[in-house]
Amino acid sequence: MSDKPLVEMRNIYKRFGGVHACEDVSIDLMAGEVVGLLGHNGAGKSTLMKMLSGAYPADGGEIYVDGERAHIATPRDAQDLGIETIYQTLALADNLDAPANMFLGREIMTPFGTLNDDAMERDARQVIARLNPNFTNITDPVRTMSGGQRQSVAIARAILFNARILIMDEPTAALGPHETAMVADLIKQLKAEGIGIFLISHDLHDVFDLSDRVCVMKNGGVVATRRTSEVTQDDVLGMIIMGKLPEENRGETAPT
Amino acid sequence: MTTTSGVTPPRESAADRFFRTAELDTRMLAMVIAVIVIWVVFDLMTGGIFLTARNLFNLAVQTSVVGIMATGMVLVIVARHIDLSVGSVLGFTGMVIAFLQVEVFAINTAWGWPLAILAGVAVGAIVGAWQGAWVAYGGVPAFVVTLGGLLMFRGATWLVTQGRTVAPLDPNYQLLGGGIDGSIGATWSWILGLLAIALMVWWSLAARRKRARYGFTVKPIWIEVALLIVLAAAIVGFVSVMNSYNKPRTEIPRGIPVPVLILIATVLVMTFVTRATKFGRYVFAMGGNPEAAELSGINVKRTTVMIFVVMGILAAVAAVVQTARLNAGTNSLGNLAELSVIAAAVIGGTSLAGGVGTIVGAILGAVIMQSLDNGMVLMSVSSAMRQVIIGLVLIGAVGLDVYYNRRRR
Ligand SMILES: Nc1ncnc2c1ncn2[C@@H]1O[C@H](COP(=O)(O)OP(=O)(O)OP(=O)(O)O)[C@@H](O)[C@H]1O
Ligand SMILES: [Mg+2]
Repeated sequence: MSDKPLVEMRNIYKRFGGVHACEDVSIDLMAGEVVGLLGHNGAGKSTLMKMLSGAYPADGGEIYVDGERAHIATPRDAQDLGIETIYQTLALADNLDAPANMFLGREIMTPFGTLNDDAMERDARQVIARLNPNFTNITDPVRTMSGGQRQSVAIARAILFNARILIMDEPTAALGPHETAMVADLIKQLKAEGIGIFLISHDLHDVFDLSDRVCVMKNGGVVATRRTSEVTQDDVLGMIIMGKLPEENRGETAPT
Repeated sequence: MTTTSGVTPPRESAADRFFRTAELDTRMLAMVIAVIVIWVVFDLMTGGIFLTARNLFNLAVQTSVVGIMATGMVLVIVARHIDLSVGSVLGFTGMVIAFLQVEVFAINTAWGWPLAILAGVAVGAIVGAWQGAWVAYGGVPAFVVTLGGLLMFRGATWLVTQGRTVAPLDPNYQLLGGGIDGSIGATWSWILGLLAIALMVWWSLAARRKRARYGFTVKPIWIEVALLIVLAAAIVGFVSVMNSYNKPRTEIPRGIPVPVLILIATVLVMTFVTRATKFGRYVFAMGGNPEAAELSGINVKRTTVMIFVVMGILAAVAAVVQTARLNAGTNSLGNLAELSVIAAAVIGGTSLAGGVGTIVGAILGAVIMQSLDNGMVLMSVSSAMRQVIIGLVLIGAVGLDVYYNRRRR
């Protein structure tokens, strides 16, 4: 594995009116690595990731992919770089079925230039079976599906196109324990294949179980990035809630 | 309860099970039944005039203009927009076509009127692109842009000839309106009808084979066969009705009128567009969740412009039928047509909330609208009263849609 980061975001800024959603944020990701992104609600995690997935442009800062400057202005630009995203809102068209959603914007066509719905259904079934074998009614409109099934569709879409960089924004929020475990297995499997993953989650236990490093954000800035093996869950909680580094924390508590 | 066992699974009624296995659209079925009920009631109330070959022939021709535009309105409404300008755009493009063929190009030539049609369709496309650009790139709501368009293009219609009526039009062009000679005769009608049946059978068999090859479940064969028989019977019935209406003072059957052929061609093309092309898929995705469409990498703005271009082209096609039928270009061409067109799409199951609608449904909606109007004319209901009733039907149809959606969720 090379030592060059797969993704590097440097000094990223984003404002929404008066709100500083991201201020001077820098983060990187290696191939085959899982970086957990933590922080309170509104800390700026989703905003940071949406700039990487092309949902909106950054106001300032630079993004490097494979060490090269990347200009990501649209979701299509990100897709072309092998960046796939599971959005917190899932971003599904409720009136379409699962295969149509998964292939949206990248449909399989027949030699006559028409939509090949059967081929898309076949591929969609294969990927979804990997996530949730009980989920077979994939050709119903997504509107009629359960929250967990919808989330499975969003996950399936992200892994369908052989991503190199995966952004997972709370991918298991609506899943049951069994499906959550399957997603955890999936993450380990993808990691072994050399895919780099940004994982946003509020479940500290999951994050500690899956990520190599954790990055904690607060009020639009990065508190710190640490190897998961070098911090405890309490350290990280302190960082999330009070924005305090574990070192300071220990420094204060050591004398007593 | 006769069973004493603990848990009984939720029982599916026989009817529900039938519709599920048949994959029948219950809503479409309800509309077909509505059409049949309306027809039978009018026939009884008009003493058997409504269901004569002559009246059904006229009804088919009358439905064409609204039907052609309603297929485009489905796309517009599915994408969460609206187009209030279609009546005026019909007027404007119709006037351009009439003016060009009579006063600019040489009339009674083989090339004059086809060229005029091409020019009219191009004008429709440009008008659509212009309005679509305001919506997509200008960010002005379609309601406002097309409300402005309703006024602008009505005015532009007048400006083409300073209000003068243009008539008569080219005799060959008039055939497109379905007048006395504007039908294709008995033989061709039967040939087309049988061809349609053959294509339909071949198509559904091919689709079955393809699904089976992928290992997916297919409908039970008896349901497929039953559906095909019903549809084939409908085609045979339609052709024989059109063939039983003779030209005046002769025994020569008229056959399928040209405007209806244009409508059928439009329906086929638009069904293909919505079901089999990326563009159609994107329109529905945008209607279902505009943000998701954007995040999937779809060029939402360009697709929006395309939707209005298609609508503009269809308004021009409808203008051809309308002017050819009237044998004139006039100022009032297409007046208030936007209302019938929107009503047809909505009655036909296009949801104003976006994301839902079918081309065939919109045609059924147009047939329902036109049947009500036609039937009331036969019953000598005053035009004022007809407006009141059609308005009520529109509100009722949308009310039903709202009720239906609420129950489904
Ligand atoms: N499209 C937007 N328009 C305006 N403000 C926004 C927008 N998106 C995010 N914000 C603001 O930016 C800040 C960061 O939001 P963001 O969604 O990135 O938080 P988050 O860390 O993902 O939170 P959560 O854990 O709740 O998902 C918030 O204050 C939010 O109100
Ligand atoms: Mg978030």
